[in-house]
Amino acid sequence: MHPIVEVKNIGCAYGQKSVVSNLSFNLPPGDISCLLGPSGCGKSTLLRAIAGFHPVTAGEIRVAGHLISSASVNTPPESRKIGMVFQDYALFPHMTVSQNVGFGLHKTGTTLKQKKISTLLDLVNLGDLAHRYPHELSGGQQQRVALARALAPEPSLILLDEPFSNLDTELRKRLSLDIRDILKSQNISAILVTHDQNEAFAMCDQIGVIDNGAIQQWDSPYNLYHEPANRFVASFIGQGAFIHGKAVNHETFETELGKITGNRAYNWKPGAKVEILMRPDDIVFSASSELKAQVTQKTFSGTSTRYRLKLASGTEVEALFPSHQDFIVGEMIGIKVDAEHLIAFLLAEPVV
Amino acid sequence: MTKTISQFSCHANGRQFQIDLLGSWDKENGVPQALSVFAKIPAGTNKLLVSGEQLGAWDSSLVSFLLQIHLEAERRHWQVEYQRVPQGVGQLLQLALAVPESRVPHQEPPHTFAENLGFQSIVIWRVVNDFISFIGELTAASGRFWRGQARYRKVDFWWLVQDAGPHSLPIVTLISLLIGMILAFVGAVQLERFGASIFVANLVGLAMAREMSSMMTAIIMAGRTGAAYAAQLGSMQVNEEIDGLKTMGVSPMEFLVIPRMLALVLMMPLLTIYANLMGMLGGAIVSITMLDVSWSQFVGQLVGSVSLKHFVIGLVKSVLFAVVVAMSGCFTGLRSARSATAVGQATTSAVVLGIVLIIVTDSLVTIATTILDI
Repeated sequence: MHPIVEVKNIGCAYGQKSVVSNLSFNLPPGDISCLLGPSGCGKSTLLRAIAGFHPVTAGEIRVAGHLISSASVNTPPESRKIGMVFQDYALFPHMTVSQNVGFGLHKTGTTLKQKKISTLLDLVNLGDLAHRYPHELSGGQQQRVALARALAPEPSLILLDEPFSNLDTELRKRLSLDIRDILKSQNISAILVTHDQNEAFAMCDQIGVIDNGAIQQWDSPYNLYHEPANRFVASFIGQGAFIHGKAVNHETFETELGKITGNRAYNWKPGAKVEILMRPDDIVFSASSELKAQVTQKTFSGTSTRYRLKLASGTEVEALFPSHQDFIVGEMIGIKVDAEHLIAFLLAEPVV
Repeated sequence: MTKTISQFSCHANGRQFQIDLLGSWDKENGVPQALSVFAKIPAGTNKLLVSGEQLGAWDSSLVSFLLQIHLEAERRHWQVEYQRVPQGVGQLLQLALAVPESRVPHQEPPHTFAENLGFQSIVIWRVVNDFISFIGELTAASGRFWRGQARYRKVDFWWLVQDAGPHSLPIVTLISLLIGMILAFVGAVQLERFGASIFVANLVGLAMAREMSSMMTAIIMAGRTGAAYAAQLGSMQVNEEIDGLKTMGVSPMEFLVIPRMLALVLMMPLLTIYANLMGMLGGAIVSITMLDVSWSQFVGQLVGSVSLKHFVIGLVKSVLFAVVVAMSGCFTGLRSARSATAVGQATTSAVVLGIVLIIVTDSLVTIATTILDI
């Protein structure tokens, strides 16, 4: 199928400073994808370039086959037929909810317009608030109005710029699932920008992890977590800590946690120095274990407690124990490694 | 008591080189150059011995000196041994060695006058460029407006008219009345000497009709409405409302700028007429109460001396001023960056730009009318 968005080798800059360089991706129609990365990585710039608010210095952007941005072409945002949902909702404060939603429908006749507005408001579950003003709504409701407003002109693509960052955690979870359902039910493609990976995991089919203005990995949430392409992705996605070790054979590594074997083979020479990613659930409590670690920090979070453990060598790892295994900070406890799937990276030789 | 100035003595002892720290070290006396020590060290040395046996009082200058010595010795792979050095010195040295030296960002040398001039010119050139393209876009949007294709909300427009017109009346009343009175006062003092106090009417009438009422109204509107436009558009920029408009296919020029400009262009001439009346009333009040001029004399003199063309020139100017004030308010508002501070700056520069452009336009019109002899 023809991709709805094609981004080919684009570059963006603020003055002399390059923020995005040689970045490419494709988005199949109907898919929801996410640009995920730490702040300042260039993800918002990329989104603004697709929306047409920021010129590109190289490469090209096509939406539904039409070239909309390149070094020489810059279709103005109003002609791109792209809907956008903003971080601060950007609703028009002096218009009611239904006027806001109907705003993009200026070429539609009055009766059809009214019908469309009420359909959209029902879709986002705000049918009975049509005559309220934005300041009379809660944050989550405002963001749903913003989505309805962006959906109204039937754009081929919706861009969401950190849409949930002003909402509380509970609402964020619920709204991200709601919005995913709405977008899927309308079969609309969307690109979401966020720095919150839970949000990205909950909403998106594909995630592009961005750092330093380049895509580090473009993959499904499952693969990002379980098969990270490089050390940055591994440390950015999910929690965990790296420990040093040496390859013994293709699957086994000698580390300070003992010899550990995973089910993933690496083609490295025995003796090669490696870094192994220890997810918090890879380490379990074992009272009889010879391997001891000192608790340096604990964070209680209901069903489980996250501990920071200091090994004999001073390296710190994280562990997630069931809540009833309660230890105090400073205590020495026995641990063992219970990991099937090991993610390791060759240790780069320190540059002298 | 003589104070020994921070010093040290050194001597070679086989492959070992000894540095004796002497007397008190005070940073007021400066830090000795550590590298000068190394210049004295004979070849073949591989160990440094630092002795603090004769050390007096010390402060950070000593630590800084020792740190330099230590780092240089380390670079040469020499061994360093400290003998009878105070414990505090050792601790500080350890602390200094534990963390890497902080990298001070490369300091740009201060710009020369020519460079500053260049940078400023580039900035001004960009603003001028932006302003010209703003005028271009505005013209295009006005074209669409006259053909009835522009998209804006009638409600917004009437609201803006009300704000620019009736809501400005109190301040225009006050200022114009006072300006008229001031003109009359200034004139009266001079004219009374010649027994020509009746000509105050000419002075006030002419000055108000031709210059003062349109200019004062424009300056009031620059401070009141122009600044408000900059603040409105600036905060819409902050809230991403302007981006929101664009993504929905609506041009901010048509939707935001045109109604504002139109409201001012409609209201400014009316306010100017009103300001004329108020100014002349002010003049009349002063003339009647301070000079021996009656109402009918004043009005008669006024009507006889100030012809219609002066009022027309004032009105033409007020239309030009309206365009200039609306443009500077909207231009600075749309250019505003995305922060509360930037909105404040946009408001300030809207007023400054507005007043500058008002005076410039006024001079241009004056030159033109002088050349055309009207």
